[in-house]
Amino acid sequence: MSTLEIKNLQVAVSTDEGMKQILRGVDLTIKSGETHAIMGPNGSGKSTLAYSIAGHPKYTITGGSVLLDGVDVLEMRVDERAKAGLFLAMQYPVEVPGVSVSNFLRTAATAIRGEAPKVRTWVGEVKEAMASLNMDPAFAERNVNEGFSGGEKKRHEILQMELLKPKIAILDETDSGLDVDALRIVSEGVNRVKQTQDIGIMLITHYTRILRYIKPDYVHVFAAGRIVEEGGAELADKLEEKGYAEYVTA
Amino acid sequence: MSITSLNSNLLAPHTPTSREELWRFTPLAKLRGLHDLDVKLTSRVSLGNSKTVAGVVISIVDAKDAPIDSKTEDLVSLRVREMASKVLRIEVAANAEISEPIFLARTVESLDPEVSRTEILMGANSRATIVVENVGSITLAEEIEMVLDTGSQLNFVSLQEWESDAVHLGHHHAVIGKDATFNSTVITLGGSLVRLLPTVEYSGAGASAELSGIYFATSGQHLEHRIHVDHNIGYAKSRVNYKGALSGDKARTVWFGDVYIRANAEGTDTYEVNRNLLLSDGARADSVPNLEIETGEIVGAGHASTTGRFDDEQLFYLQSRGIPANIARQLVIRGFFLEIVSKLGLPEIEERIMARIENELEKASA
Ligand SMILES: Nc1ncnc2c1ncn2[C@@H]1O[C@H](COP(=O)(O)OP(=O)(O)OP(=O)(O)O)[C@@H](O)[C@H]1O
Ligand SMILES: [Mg+2]
Repeated sequence: MSTLEIKNLQVAVSTDEGMKQILRGVDLTIKSGETHAIMGPNGSGKSTLAYSIAGHPKYTITGGSVLLDGVDVLEMRVDERAKAGLFLAMQYPVEVPGVSVSNFLRTAATAIRGEAPKVRTWVGEVKEAMASLNMDPAFAERNVNEGFSGGEKKRHEILQMELLKPKIAILDETDSGLDVDALRIVSEGVNRVKQTQDIGIMLITHYTRILRYIKPDYVHVFAAGRIVEEGGAELADKLEEKGYAEYVTA
Repeated sequence: MSITSLNSNLLAPHTPTSREELWRFTPLAKLRGLHDLDVKLTSRVSLGNSKTVAGVVISIVDAKDAPIDSKTEDLVSLRVREMASKVLRIEVAANAEISEPIFLARTVESLDPEVSRTEILMGANSRATIVVENVGSITLAEEIEMVLDTGSQLNFVSLQEWESDAVHLGHHHAVIGKDATFNSTVITLGGSLVRLLPTVEYSGAGASAELSGIYFATSGQHLEHRIHVDHNIGYAKSRVNYKGALSGDKARTVWFGDVYIRANAEGTDTYEVNRNLLLSDGARADSVPNLEIETGEIVGAGHASTTGRFDDEQLFYLQSRGIPANIARQLVIRGFFLEIVSKLGLPEIEERIMARIENELEKASA
């Protein structure tokens, strides 16, 4: 049982014109077994929230706190956060030339588990996870995300989530760029992880489509750097119908 | 113009100074007189093979019986030709396909400046891989001349794994015949000062050259590579790909890629790229691709050069998966160099080179 507590989180980025405030007091608590959908207009700060929790160096925390099971996440290095059980499926996964997927996955699993996975079981584990995400085994020998299509990159993110078994996963627009079949396959992957691992999920999305597969327990509306409304799954349908007008003009 | 100055008839022997374009980056004071006409250089055949290989004749011949084919030269090559009395000759018989790599090991004796000449003659339609292994401490000026007859293929590898006091000036010149293929891989990790000139010219259409290299300079090292491709005839191809990394105070690399497409070189196809990774402050990489084109009737000609720091996004991505920063860096560097090293098809050397790079990385970041 884990809890991620985001309290009054304030984050800025440095721009040519100086610091620009993006997050203006985010409060959100995610517990194992829960799925929280975050929906909000472009530029409202959803990815900023995700990256700040993961520890991207571009963002400056100007206030608030993030605790994982009571431990201050913001004090940890990026790799320590991952070891503590946080995972971010990125909106734009990064290409790493020269590093093969299999080497990358093994190195990551070794780091997170604290010991190298046993060769025999590991190979099977990776194969099985790839097969269930409909990924060609050939991807294992390709360089990380290099030349992957948008949808392939997203599947690769979920593959990592399955293998690294985080306590709390943040999925930043994992559904964008997926075709209908891929959306179903990736959603099934997420649901499999939800069932087999006691995981809490923050699901950032623009579309209700994915929420038909991955049922959210809570839906949060994100606008101008904070959560402006909360509700159940029905809130997503309302957003789809009416858009964000009432939140952004406020 | 740096390109034409590497061509013959332009140089009268003299002691170069740092005011000259070709020498302005090289710390001449570290050369122990290799470049200085007043300093006597010993002639010694310092390369040799440990094993005989069927289809290959290795001999030592008088310099007067080994005339130079190269039309590309520099001041130190001129000295090597003048001073070297004996030449190591490696002849691969026509049609011989030598599957086993031929290893040539350097013997070292002292730090007294010396010269060495080697000649590699590839018979028509022959194939071979020749690996020069430079280890130890030396003050060396050398020339390796390679002549590839019609349809032959030579994979030439020069490994500079010198001790930290070695000084090495080298000229590797290939004359590539009709439909012949020359693959050169230069790997420079050791040495106090290494300045290599991999140069090629062509003697028949359909000839192809692939010049690859990696270098890794740490504190106080000067590693310089000056590539010169002379598209002196038409319908020849060249690819140049060099990658370097630098770490530590006063780590210094210089890379020049001169590609010269002469007026008669129609149908030329060339591309060159140099990428440098700066791993710390205080290191300096110069990278100068240089394309001189005298005819528009070509297939393609391009160049690229980048010098940058670690990609923070790559590091963040790896770290966000639990991989500690130092291992993330290692992974990226390994990948950066592996592109070239893995093409050697020599797994033992690949492992040795990568291990040395990782070892130096660790030392540099400690
Ligand atoms: N370096 C920067 N300079 C100026 N503005 C920046 C910089 N980095 C981020 N921003 C701004 O921060 C805001 C929040 O960006 P963020 O990526 O978090 O939005 P988002 O909600 O994820 O949007 P989307 O739905 O399009 O993915 C945007 O307006 C963006 O332009
Ligand atoms: Mg976003």
